[in-house]
Amino acid sequence: MKKIIAITQIITVIIAICIAPTVFAGGYRVSLQGQQAQGMAHAGTAMSDSSEVVYFNPAGMSFLNSDMQVTGGLTLIDAVTKFQNENTNTSEQTDNPIGTPVSLYATKKYDDNLSYGLGIYTPYGNAVEWEQDWAGSHLVNDIELKAIYIQPTISYKINDKYSIGFGPTYVLGSVEFNRNLSTSLSDANGNRSNVTLNADNIGAWGYNVGFLAKPIDKLSIGVGYRSKVVLKARGENADFENLPGTMQSAYADTTFDANLVLPAELSLGFAYKLTPKTTLAFDFNRTFWNAYTNLDVQFDNAAGTSLNPRNYEVSNIYRVGLQHVINEKFTVRGGMYVDKSPIQSGYFTPETARNDSLGLTAGASYQMSRNLGIDLSFLYLTFDEFEGSYDYYDQSGKLVSFGGSYITSVYTLGLGFNYTF
Amino acid sequence: MTPKKNTIIKIAAIFIACAVLLACKSDFDNPVGDDSSYSNGDADFSNYVAIGDSLTAGYADAALYQSGQENSFPAIMAKQFATVGGSEFKQPLVNDNLGGLLFAGRENTDYANRLILNAETQSPEPIEGTPTTEVLNLLSVPVNNMGVPGAKSFHLGIDGYGDPAGLASGTANPYFVRFASSTSSSMISDAISQSPSFFTLWIGNNDVLSYATSGGVGLNQSGNLDPSTYGYYDITDPNVFASVYSELVSAITSAPNVKGVLIGLPNVSSIPFFTTVPFNAVPLNQETADALNAAYATYNGGLQQVLSGNPDELALRTISFSAGQNAVVITDEDLSDLSSYGLPSIRQATENDFLVLTTSGKIGTLADANNPNSVWGLGTPLEDSDVLIASEISAIATATSAFNSTIKAIADANSNLAFVNIDTYMQQMASTSGISYGTGAIHATYATGGGFSLDGVHLTARGYAVVANATIDEINTSFNANIPGVNPGDYTTIFIK
Repeated sequence: MKKIIAITQIITVIIAICIAPTVFAGGYRVSLQGQQAQGMAHAGTAMSDSSEVVYFNPAGMSFLNSDMQVTGGLTLIDAVTKFQNENTNTSEQTDNPIGTPVSLYATKKYDDNLSYGLGIYTPYGNAVEWEQDWAGSHLVNDIELKAIYIQPTISYKINDKYSIGFGPTYVLGSVEFNRNLSTSLSDANGNRSNVTLNADNIGAWGYNVGFLAKPIDKLSIGVGYRSKVVLKARGENADFENLPGTMQSAYADTTFDANLVLPAELSLGFAYKLTPKTTLAFDFNRTFWNAYTNLDVQFDNAAGTSLNPRNYEVSNIYRVGLQHVINEKFTVRGGMYVDKSPIQSGYFTPETARNDSLGLTAGASYQMSRNLGIDLSFLYLTFDEFEGSYDYYDQSGKLVSFGGSYITSVYTLGLGFNYTF
Repeated sequence: MTPKKNTIIKIAAIFIACAVLLACKSDFDNPVGDDSSYSNGDADFSNYVAIGDSLTAGYADAALYQSGQENSFPAIMAKQFATVGGSEFKQPLVNDNLGGLLFAGRENTDYANRLILNAETQSPEPIEGTPTTEVLNLLSVPVNNMGVPGAKSFHLGIDGYGDPAGLASGTANPYFVRFASSTSSSMISDAISQSPSFFTLWIGNNDVLSYATSGGVGLNQSGNLDPSTYGYYDITDPNVFASVYSELVSAITSAPNVKGVLIGLPNVSSIPFFTTVPFNAVPLNQETADALNAAYATYNGGLQQVLSGNPDELALRTISFSAGQNAVVITDEDLSDLSSYGLPSIRQATENDFLVLTTSGKIGTLADANNPNSVWGLGTPLEDSDVLIASEISAIATATSAFNSTIKAIADANSNLAFVNIDTYMQQMASTSGISYGTGAIHATYATGGGFSLDGVHLTARGYAVVANATIDEINTSFNANIPGVNPGDYTTIFIK
């Protein structure tokens, strides 16, 4: 009977959170870098109980109990954005492919003080597919952005209370982006003129550095910093379609140059053991989105340079997560976070037309055997509907605005494993 | 075992709770398409019939083609009416996106394919392709869009206006032939037999525009009350227009509770067909100017002798070229007839003359290929059909104004009728600021403005969206309705080769 009441209380809390005013954010940041952390609102900067620390805080490797551990996981993302304009009775919704970010981490102790490891993860990405030639097609028809981070890492335990960690990251980025060339240009038969940008496997370097302190047994404090990475597309393919015949020579398929910024992120985290079995974690992430000033594309034909100001702002994410070890087999997790939008008013483009968001997470781990555990995570990211527009689309020297009401919802379901040697 | 089972149940419960409880949040509070926010007011849109001419049919780029029809202003409105009880809107769709007509399998240059803009030559040309719309393939179903390109006010009541047998003699209109219910029916009888609950009537444009686009070669029939004696390029007498128009409206509104919108007529001063070609854009160097002056010396000298008592006309008619931009030489039948002195009725154009769009491909070319001095607009005066002179413009303005007064008075006299003064929208489109639609503005500028198609008279899909919005606005005001407008920016403009 007591347990039923507990479930009822949990549901009540969830309902209350649902009703609270909420609004996702984060541009094209995808915070799904570890199944265990995902269960507790992705608050992992001060946690040090799985090899997921390679991502969350490299210094944490020094405080892992096991000599060697491998953690991996796959998350399915189902995201839908709806657009409507009440004045014109138009509505659209995205038909996005299911996103599948993956992560894989391995750590190994070299000696009492030195640990090393490797992480492969995908912290940035985007997959948005609007109906071809929809009302905002001059801004985007569809986009798919992928960035795989590969990070060899070392950490050093200075003493029983402090450790530091560092890893260089090699990033492999790919982007495919299609949009119409203007709000109206078409060929003689009315097929809208459009361009597809395609860049595969652009390499770039960055780093991940962290510091972890355990001033008292119950408390951990972590600080992490992941550097900015700039994907520089040079001489990549630009495919122009459906140009009027007389313009085809000027707009022949060509190459393009563009820079895509994956911004730096500073994290500060606290983890406190309320009881030996229950840990409460707080994370604060500050993402330096101000580096994303524009997405200018330079074409090597008559299209010239396409100026696309973004002018994102620095944004913060506040996370709180709870982990409870029920017994040696079961661990459950829950959490919530508030992700503030980096997008300024007037800069809401339909490829990332998202506002502030509230994320609700739940997770569980089950220890199958002494070595192998499986991790499950669930995230619901809720956004309030909002009126937004992009006011800086340049058509023949004139700024043209596009906007309406947007609402987005995201579900993710993650499955992972952890193996200790 | 029991604790483990409970734990599984608990975890499953949390997950299911998250999924089920939160799923409901992912839609708008007031999603569009949920009709509750819109209202039909006092009007009934269950059977909307649009009656009119090319502007109702969706004619654009000098042809009636499918995508133009799909974006006709009545079709745009019918989509919006769907939110407030509107039903299917049938259109007499042609067979292709070329727009040319076939008459018993034969093409006809008067009904050629639509125009597209050749970006290299910067001029319009018909799109290539063999048209597939056979006029004699008669549609047997009634259509909601009864827009018939070329129809004048008094054509609507003519029995047999859709009789294929009348095509050769010109008493029938091929566009009406396609969907007339019988060889003896009239447009208005076919409209009434559909028992419309709501209608739009936009007719009268051709009663004056046919004269205007022909450069005023027709007659102003003001005073002639027998339209059967009119030529196609004549201006309809205002009394004929008033009586015909009033009969049409009475006939449609004779059934109870029929509501409708009467749409007024635009003035030619806002239409790019008349405002695009400048009167004085012929560049000359000194040498050419001198040669032309020498060629017109005899004419100028003759004027000096004959018109010494009329200094105003002498000044108007004296032809003079100089280095730089020059006004073209035009024929003006209003000038004093001096043919007995061997002096033609010609002068240089002024800012008060409208050169029609088609002169842009004519000025500067040779009238006689073997005579290098026969350049149109210079050595050879432009013809009557190339230009609207002051008296013609005045006749057009007077007639347009009289027709609009008639339409407005008929609308004002009946609370079931609303009136759209379309000219205010056209004037706004022709103004520097244009018509703003949030993501841009629509201008009347030829080819680049977005509002007018490549024939310079008919609108683009975007221009028709403006008409649809104007009409919906008026419906909302007059009939207490709340019907959403459209974003003109979502509609196409011209097509480029």
